[in-house]
Amino acid sequence: MFYREAGDFKTSYSDDGQTFPIAFDRWRYYAVMAVAFLVIPFLINDYWEKSILMPFLVWSTVAIGLNILTGYCGQLSLGTGGFMAVGAYASYKLMTAFPELNIFFVVLLSGGITALVGVLFGLPSMRIKGFYLAVATLAAQFFLVWLFNKVPWFYNYSASGQITAPERSVFGILVTGPNAAPWATYLFALVILTGLAWVARNLTRGRVGRSWMAIRDMDIAAEIIGVNPLATKLSAFAVSSFYIGVGGALFFSVYLGAAEVGEAFGIDKSFLVLFMIIIGGLGSIFGSFAGAAFMVLLPVLLKNVLVGGLGWPTDLAAHLQMLIVGGLIVLFLILEPHGLAQLWRIAKEKLRLWPFPH
Amino acid sequence: MSIEALNLIEVLINGLMAGVMYALVALGFVLIFKSSGIFNYAQGVMALFAAMTLVGLQTGQVPFAHLLNAITGMHVTHFGWNMPSGLAILLTLGVMVGLAFLVERLVLKHLVNQEPIILFMATIGLAFFLEGFGDLMWTAEIKQLDVGLPGGLSEWFEGASMALADPEAGYWGMYVDKLDVTAAVVAALLVISLTLFSQYTRAGRALRAVADDHQAALSVGISLRFIWVMVWSIAGLVALVAGIMWGSKTGVQTSLSLIALKALPVLMLGGFTSIPGAIVGGLIIGAGEKLFEYFVTSDAFHGLTGFNIDATENWFAYVLALLFLVFRPQGLFGDRIIERV
Amino acid sequence: MRDTATVEPMLDIRNITLRFGGVVAIRDISFDIRQGEIRAIIGPNGAGKSSMLNVINGFYHPQEGEIWFRGKRRGPMRPHEIARQGLARTFQNIALFKGMTTLDNIMTGRMTRMRSSMLEQALWWGRAEREENAHREKVERIIDFLEIQSIRKTPVGRLPYGLQKRVELGRALAAEPELLLLDEPMAGMNVEEKEDMSRFILDVNDEFGTTIALIEHDMGVVMDISDRVVVLDYGRKIGDGTPDEVRNNPDVIDAYLGVSHD
Ligand SMILES: Nc1ncnc2c1ncn2[C@@H]1O[C@H](COP(=O)(O)OP(=O)(O)OP(=O)(O)O)[C@@H](O)[C@H]1O
Ligand SMILES: [Mg+2]
Repeated sequence: MFYREAGDFKTSYSDDGQTFPIAFDRWRYYAVMAVAFLVIPFLINDYWEKSILMPFLVWSTVAIGLNILTGYCGQLSLGTGGFMAVGAYASYKLMTAFPELNIFFVVLLSGGITALVGVLFGLPSMRIKGFYLAVATLAAQFFLVWLFNKVPWFYNYSASGQITAPERSVFGILVTGPNAAPWATYLFALVILTGLAWVARNLTRGRVGRSWMAIRDMDIAAEIIGVNPLATKLSAFAVSSFYIGVGGALFFSVYLGAAEVGEAFGIDKSFLVLFMIIIGGLGSIFGSFAGAAFMVLLPVLLKNVLVGGLGWPTDLAAHLQMLIVGGLIVLFLILEPHGLAQLWRIAKEKLRLWPFPH
Repeated sequence: MSIEALNLIEVLINGLMAGVMYALVALGFVLIFKSSGIFNYAQGVMALFAAMTLVGLQTGQVPFAHLLNAITGMHVTHFGWNMPSGLAILLTLGVMVGLAFLVERLVLKHLVNQEPIILFMATIGLAFFLEGFGDLMWTAEIKQLDVGLPGGLSEWFEGASMALADPEAGYWGMYVDKLDVTAAVVAALLVISLTLFSQYTRAGRALRAVADDHQAALSVGISLRFIWVMVWSIAGLVALVAGIMWGSKTGVQTSLSLIALKALPVLMLGGFTSIPGAIVGGLIIGAGEKLFEYFVTSDAFHGLTGFNIDATENWFAYVLALLFLVFRPQGLFGDRIIERV
Repeated sequence: MRDTATVEPMLDIRNITLRFGGVVAIRDISFDIRQGEIRAIIGPNGAGKSSMLNVINGFYHPQEGEIWFRGKRRGPMRPHEIARQGLARTFQNIALFKGMTTLDNIMTGRMTRMRSSMLEQALWWGRAEREENAHREKVERIIDFLEIQSIRKTPVGRLPYGLQKRVELGRALAAEPELLLLDEPMAGMNVEEKEDMSRFILDVNDEFGTTIALIEHDMGVVMDISDRVVVLDYGRKIGDGTPDEVRNNPDVIDAYLGVSHD
């Protein structure tokens, strides 16, 4: 009954263009934010931080990034793992080279460096398209991982070849290293993600977003009506890589604390994120969150039910998970290419009309 | 001949042999792409699945034994028989045809007229599904595959190369695996029989008609669904051959599915629609990555640049394909296409 | 008929030849388009009409010939640069952005006029929001003009063909072009829809003074609304002049074999 547009008239184009045009949505959004910022930090413990909340925040950041490139701009990328590695290694080098630099700026600068690398690997998009471009991004994936593995400068010549995040704090509170409190790492990642999600929303609602989508839907027509295809694709590569780089930096420095490049940033991560945006919804910021949540929760759920509950061996659960995810990808592409986000929208439509259909 | 030259030739031969293996996977891609415009990412997993099924049948594994045991508390693993290779191969082929049928029924039928990129992503989903399914059915352990193909050192290559070297130089001869030679022969036979099939059988001609012009083929009454099942079956056969070759060489293991990724740059070079292109692309990539690795790990390169690098096979193929595409987007054999509006 | 003969040509096409491999799509064609006129390009299928439009907006690069725009010879340019000079067009096979709403599609037409920087966009600050609203106002006027208010927020992929054509016209109009190229804007429409579309085209020409080049197969419509007609056949120009002149040109009658005798 409350979910109505009625009485909620828009008097200006600004109002009409806002993120949550319906008051009820707006209130729900405020409620979610209040819980995220004011309630969860008091309830969070190690288990929730490590297995659910931090992965969710990190993968949401990365998924928004890939969604900008693939969902909004239509450029399929299989290089997400490699670009995350750039963010991670950039943050490592920055932290060790400039110990005074605040971790907040380290993370953002890592994103900036990743953006540059992303543009570099995006340059071929001026000549090649579609899955041809996907192969170009595979080149990025394999070359970058190899680079960080083989060139000792990147891991400061450490004997193990691993990188380990030193302790860094914000306002005197540790956010990296093994002694950081769960609520602190959580809030740090949450603040960054909230800011970036807001920026992504802004970028996609105006000129920039429309030029991305124009290139996605029909690149030739877009060019003929005045969209510069190269600049547009490169801007998508840059912004997307920025997000993915920030995600990689958070993944390594705040979440994992230590990483080995082949294991942490392999091609499997590229697929994982691709699946997040397909299941969550291509071309939707909300879908990036939904997909990340789904892909984080599914293994936890399967593990708890099958391994914990029924006592199955873990590898069996892993195989089943692969089968389920693969099947869902196909199912979503067939039935609902706009993913969970669209299902949510449809559910809301129904609610809006309830109890009188049509 | 000097030992350096012989070494280089050895690297080249082994590279070309590896290239044949890539080409085998790429071939399956080309078949499907040509007739339906679908870029089938699952081709590599199909090879893995075929090899797993073959081993499972041969050694009498109980399908889904793991799952059954977990659910019922039994401890079944094997039926306790050993099936002759020939029969097992035939049965596996049957399974691959069944798979083709199911894929058409459950997936392709529902995705006609979708964007190529959506279809591509759907086949990625299919690949994951099939890999999970294969693991559930046959377990994910590494398995030996032996269908009686010759393997091991080829004495002929060893002797012939020794004869080329200066007898004083202490040259030991080249190492070329008989299995690789077998693979090359099998690949050649496969290409020849595919060509004969498409030239001289009715089904083959229908296939070519569809590849040339979708609309026209449909209007003369060729059933697209039949074509798709047929093409995916043939791709299943090619996957089986590739699976047998790779499986005999490295054992049947999950990393086999990653060869699908290597086939991508092969196709970029050779073009998606050309069978000779797939072969040539495979050979170029195979030889290229071995020679490049040989070059960067050589003392001369190290002395010259001071770099101490290896394992370039991880990325060489992709970077080569990328650079190549930037200069010739249509591949080696494709025609330049001017888009229309 | 208006008298535009004394006006300087806005676009002058001189000796254009365009080949695709062995196919000669356009063979040494010259004609001009004058400021403020409606110029029709007609000809049988495969005559090279669409290719001509593609040459004009820089999507195809002719092997020979020159294009003069507003008295200046045009150098090699990308289509998006040419669009910024005041050219807009619609396409023979609808080329809308399927995943976007009607409103967003038409807003893309204003892209060349937006100035806010990436940073302003990211923070939705400064010019970003002001500009968005200002352009939205213009676009709403086009929506009113084309009478498509009710489908403002509908993804265009779901619209029927005729409405899609209208939205595509809206997207081109949103650019406020000096020269508007229309490739078969009425193809596949019924009589009523054709009348609507003709009215829109005449209104645009009248009210905004937009110069229009138009490809159309329906001779009735062409003769009704155009000032001058150029006729192509097999890549060659076989006629050029007022509708009456063209109608009585024997080469044209030959090419159309009766179609023009209606
Ligand atoms: N991108 C291209 N590549 C190859 N050939 C082309 C291309 N574009 C056009 N052609 C050829 O150029 C010739 C002219 O085509 P065009 O599309 O300009 O004809 P048209 O007059 O618009 O015909 P219709 O009335 O059917 O739209 C045709 O023979 C066509 O096949
Ligand atoms: Mg045309």
